[in-house]
Amino acid sequence: MKPIPFDYQRPATLDEACRLLAADSNARILAGGQSLVPMLSMRLARPSLLIDIAHIPELTRLDETDSQIEIGAMVRQAVALKDPLIGQHIPLLAKALEYVGHPPTRARGTIGGSIAHADPSAEIALVAATLGAEISYRDGDDDVVFSADAFFIGPMLTLAPPTGCLVKVAFPKASAKVGVGFHEVAPRRSDYALASAAAQINLGADGTVTAIHLGVGSIGDFPERLDVDSLLSTDLNDAALSAAVTDAIAMIDTVDDLHASASYRKRVGTALAIRALRDARNSLYKDSAA
Amino acid sequence: MKDVSIVINGTVKKARVEPRLTLLDFLRDHVGLKGTHAGCEHGVCGACTILLDGVAVRSCLMLAVQADGQEMVTIEGVGGQFDRAGELGVIQDAFCEAHGLQCGYCTPGMVLAAEALLAENPNPTEDDVREAISGNICRCTGYVQIVEAIMLAAQRLGSRNEAPSPSPSLSSAS
Repeated sequence: MKPIPFDYQRPATLDEACRLLAADSNARILAGGQSLVPMLSMRLARPSLLIDIAHIPELTRLDETDSQIEIGAMVRQAVALKDPLIGQHIPLLAKALEYVGHPPTRARGTIGGSIAHADPSAEIALVAATLGAEISYRDGDDDVVFSADAFFIGPMLTLAPPTGCLVKVAFPKASAKVGVGFHEVAPRRSDYALASAAAQINLGADGTVTAIHLGVGSIGDFPERLDVDSLLSTDLNDAALSAAVTDAIAMIDTVDDLHASASYRKRVGTALAIRALRDARNSLYKDSAA
Repeated sequence: MKDVSIVINGTVKKARVEPRLTLLDFLRDHVGLKGTHAGCEHGVCGACTILLDGVAVRSCLMLAVQADGQEMVTIEGVGGQFDRAGELGVIQDAFCEAHGLQCGYCTPGMVLAAEALLAENPNPTEDDVREAISGNICRCTGYVQIVEAIMLAAQRLGSRNEAPSPSPSLSSAS
């Protein structure tokens, strides 16, 4: 449980971090370290250089634009969990963050690090994929932006450029009237989920449903958004929700491993997706009745 | 090798370390504070929990070089200091009274997780306590008494008629 020897640099600017990254093909970015350090200890990661981005001021920013909340790569999960901007404008992320690790790992772990690491059961990646967040990398002098619903391509595998540094993740703001739901099944609290689902229903000013976002995580090689736009023409009754989810999830390849079979993951993923959608719908009804 | 300067339990420690040295190994082998326990060494068990700027974190998931310039409290800094040196802190005492430990291996991590919880939330529910120690594994499985100990400590901290000290706050050591 001791890492191999490596060098360590603590750049003060993003440009310097990118220069260091470009100069050494075996360099790795270190953010909160809650996934990378265990991989170092188990010698699954064997970098020649770690570039610690914790001291680059622009990466700890949390900004609001007209349509998005931009979360800098070094914003810690514990900070995001308590941030009023995120609570108000990305309620689905706020809800999902409670399921991320446990308090000591959330104190160090970052939003950006979780997305760059791309664990198939990561809640933050699931929310990003579900809402179609925009993931920005700096690669040398270039800025590259990925949509989160196409960014994840396999377990710990993304479209990120090898010499790029994640700068920020921009989540779309929810509409003023919004309902969200998040569910997961894990062997014990704060463990890796066997199946997870996130749902968000946006209402327009006139009370009509403008968008339905649904995603499932942990059941396949990466989190995936499900297309349930057929629900837009329904009144979101239970039977319609179940039918739409069952149809959409049929396309997903689920994983068979030591922890759960592929068919278990599909069944539980389906059940959780329906439950998350119902929660989102029910919270809207509750709000309008109040 | 990198130079680091870290404030541990109110005292500045300076050293030259390899970048690959974890904060856990730094505390145990370089500073000689063996109360921070090495369990799984990959972030699962919570035995190595410390307080970094008042917040519970895992010292095995940090490199000593990352901690350069920061302040932390280990289990050695939790009990009474100065005129109370050698006495247990309120939370430690509650663990003894409620039988919150058996073999004791997880105890430093449990106590520090409880310190972090009660500093932020003086009146936790049992569920808050379980969430706060959700990252700490007790292989003796004494969770019921551990939760009772933390609830007892919260009650005692809340009912005493004095400023919250001794606590792991760094100001108490200055």
